[in-house]
Amino acid sequence: MKILLTYSFSSLATYIHHLLAELITNSLLLQVTEMVILGVSLIAFLVVLCFFLGYMERKVAAFMEIRLGPNRVGPKGSMQIVADTLKLLLKEGLTPDSADKFLFNLAPVIMVIGSMMVIAPIAFAKDFQLYDINIGVLYVSAVSSLGVIGILMAGWSSNNKYSLLGAMRSGAQIVSYELSVGLSLISIVVLSGSLSLGDIVRSQENGWWIIKGHIPVIISFVIFIIASTAEINRAPFDMAEAEQELTGGFHTEYAGMKFAMFLLSEYINLFVVSAVAATLFLGGWMPFHIGGLDGFNHIMDFIPSSVWFFSKTFLIIFIIMQFRWTFPRLRVDQLLTLEWKYLLPISMVNVILVTVMAIMGWHF
Amino acid sequence: MRGLIEDDYVTEEGEFVINIGPQHPSTHGVLHLKVWLDGETVKKVQPHLGFIHRSIEKMSESLSYRNFIFATSRMDYLAAHINNEACALTVEKGLQLEVPDRAKYIRTILAELTRLQSHLLWWGCTGLDLGAVTPFFYAFREREFIMEIMEETCGARLTQNFMVPGGVMYDIHPNFQKRTKEVLTQIKSKFQEYDNIMTGNVIFENRTKGVGLLSKEDAISYGVTGPTARASGVSCDIRKLIPYSAYDQVQFDEILGTGGDCYARYMIRMHEMKQSVFIIEQLIDNIPEGEFQAKTKNVIKLPKGEFYQRVETPRGELGVFIVSDGAASPYRIKYRSPGFSNLSALPLMAKGGKIGDLVAIMSTIDLVIPDIDR
Repeated sequence: MKILLTYSFSSLATYIHHLLAELITNSLLLQVTEMVILGVSLIAFLVVLCFFLGYMERKVAAFMEIRLGPNRVGPKGSMQIVADTLKLLLKEGLTPDSADKFLFNLAPVIMVIGSMMVIAPIAFAKDFQLYDINIGVLYVSAVSSLGVIGILMAGWSSNNKYSLLGAMRSGAQIVSYELSVGLSLISIVVLSGSLSLGDIVRSQENGWWIIKGHIPVIISFVIFIIASTAEINRAPFDMAEAEQELTGGFHTEYAGMKFAMFLLSEYINLFVVSAVAATLFLGGWMPFHIGGLDGFNHIMDFIPSSVWFFSKTFLIIFIIMQFRWTFPRLRVDQLLTLEWKYLLPISMVNVILVTVMAIMGWHF
Repeated sequence: MRGLIEDDYVTEEGEFVINIGPQHPSTHGVLHLKVWLDGETVKKVQPHLGFIHRSIEKMSESLSYRNFIFATSRMDYLAAHINNEACALTVEKGLQLEVPDRAKYIRTILAELTRLQSHLLWWGCTGLDLGAVTPFFYAFREREFIMEIMEETCGARLTQNFMVPGGVMYDIHPNFQKRTKEVLTQIKSKFQEYDNIMTGNVIFENRTKGVGLLSKEDAISYGVTGPTARASGVSCDIRKLIPYSAYDQVQFDEILGTGGDCYARYMIRMHEMKQSVFIIEQLIDNIPEGEFQAKTKNVIKLPKGEFYQRVETPRGELGVFIVSDGAASPYRIKYRSPGFSNLSALPLMAKGGKIGDLVAIMSTIDLVIPDIDR
C-alpha cells in the first residue's frame, strides 16, 4: 500500500535507465534507444487515449441526444472505436488525380506530429514529465499552432474548392484565436512568475490559480476555454469542417487512414488543450490544497497525483464535448467578430488586471 | 445547349463557382445549386432542378380518379395526407359530392398532425443545418409518437394514401382519440424545451436575425406562400381564406410575421405548431358519429370541365388542377407545388450573404425536393 501511494514514475524511469545501461555501453546508442522507447510508448499512449476519447465523445453525445450510443461491439460498446479504426486502416487511401500528391500525403502527418509534439512539457503526474522546458508555455503556444499549416496544406493540395474554403477559414480562425489563448496563458505566467509548466504546477501548492486568482483568472480561464475550442476547430467553431456548408471542409477529399490521422490529431489536440488548461488553471497534478489546513492537505495527498491530473483534464474535455452537442455553429464573420471585438479586448484588459493584482499581491 | 452550360461558369475577376449539390448534406435531397462566390460572399445562386422528376402529373393521366392519388404521397412526402386531401377534394368538387362530417373531422385532425410532424422534422433539420445536432433527436422523439398514430390508423407512416374521394379509406382506430390526446400533452410540454435549446440561443439568433430578407412585395411577386410568405407579412393561409374540410368550424390564428428574415420564418413555424395543437384539441373530442366515406360509384367519372382546389400544406399553398374530358381518368393534371415557388425566391434572398447564410435560408424556407420536381 505504501509503495502504491508513493509510487513515482521517476523511479520506474531510473530503473529502466539502469537496465538499459547494463545492456548498452555506447552512451549515444543508449540515448537513442531511450528516446525511441519513449517515443513509441508516447504514441501508443496517445492512440489509446484517442480511442477512449472517441468512445467518450460518442457516449456523451448519446447521453445528450437521448440515445444509447455504441453498445454492441465489446462490453458497453467499448470496442466499437477499435472496429472503426480497423475499418479505416483497411480502407483504400485514395489520392485524387488532380491533387498535389506530396503535400496531400504530408498534411495529415504534419497535423499529427504537430499535436503530438505539444505533449512534451505537460506533467502527467508528480515527477512524470517528458521534458520540463524552461519556456514551456511559449513552447505549447508555438507548437500548437503548427496544426494550421497541416490544415492549409490539406486544403490547398486537395484541389477542391470546398477544401480550399475550409482551409482559408481555419487559417483566419486559428491565427485570430491564437492571440486570446496566448493572452490568457500570459495571465498565469504573470502570477506564477515562470514559463516552465513544472514550476507553474508547483506554484499552486497552496491553492489552484483559479481559486487564488479571483475573478481575473476565472475570466482568463473562460476565455482560454472558448478560444482554445476555436483553435482546435471543434464545434461550435468548426468552421474548417462545417459539414453542412462545406461538406467536410479541408478533409473532404481524404479517406481511410489519412482521414483517421486528422481525427487522431483532433482528439490529441482536445486532450492537449484540456491538459494545458488543467495544468495552468486547475493545478495540474497538484492535489486540492488549502493554504494553512495541513490535515486536510495531507488527506488530499493520498489521492495519486495522476488521478488528479486526469480527472481535471477529463472534466474540461467533458465540458468542451458538451459545447459541441449543444450550440449551433457560428458564421465565419461572426467568429472573427467574437474574437477581435470581444475576446481580445477583454483579455487585454484582463492581463493588465492580473498584472496589477500580481504586483500588489492581492491574490492569496 | 452545351455552350450555354459552359457560359454559366464564366466568372468575373475574383469570383469562383461552386456546385452545392446534388449530393450535399444541407440541400435535403437532390437539389443542385450553382453558387457564384467572392470569397465567402454569395454573389449569385442558380438552382438546377429535375434530378428527382418522376413525371407524376403525366403518369396520373393514365390512372383512374381513385388511383392517381397515391402518387401525390410521393410529392411532398412530409405532407402526404394533405396532398392526398387536395386531390380528393378536387375530385369531390368535380362530382359535387358532399363529404360526411365525420370524414371532414378526421381529415382535418390528420392534416394537422401531419403539419405538426412536418414542422417538427423541419425544426430538427434547421438545427442540423446550423450545426446543432441535438435538436434533431429531440424533434424525432415527439415525431415518432405521431408516426405511430398514423401507422395505427392509416397503416403507413410516411406515404399514407388515406384520403379517398368521398372521405377517408377506413374509420379511425379505437385508440386514435386517446393516443392523439396523449401526444398533444407530450408535445405541449416540450415546446419550452425546444425554445431553450434553439430559440433563445445567442448563436442561433445571430445566425438567423436579419439573414435572408424577403420583402412583402417580393414574396407576392415570386408567388411565395406558406410560412415563408407569412413571415414577410403576406396573409395567405388557405385554411383561413378559403376554408375546406372542417377548418370553418375551428378557431385558430393565422400567424403573421414582420421582417421576413430567417428568424421570422422560424418563429412562424414554432407558433404554427402551437396552433395545430390548438386545432386538434378542438376537434378530437367532437368527432361526429356517422359514415366515414360517402357513397361513390365504382368507376368515378368527372364531368367535362376544369376543377381547381387549393390547400395549405406545411410548406405553403398546394393547388391541384384537373382538366376532365368526361373519361375515367384525368385528361390533364397539374400540381402547383409550394416548394417550387418558394425556391424561386432563394437566389434573391441569398444574394450578398455568406455561405452559412445560404444554408440557413434553405433550411428556413423548408424545401422538400420531390415536391419541387414531382
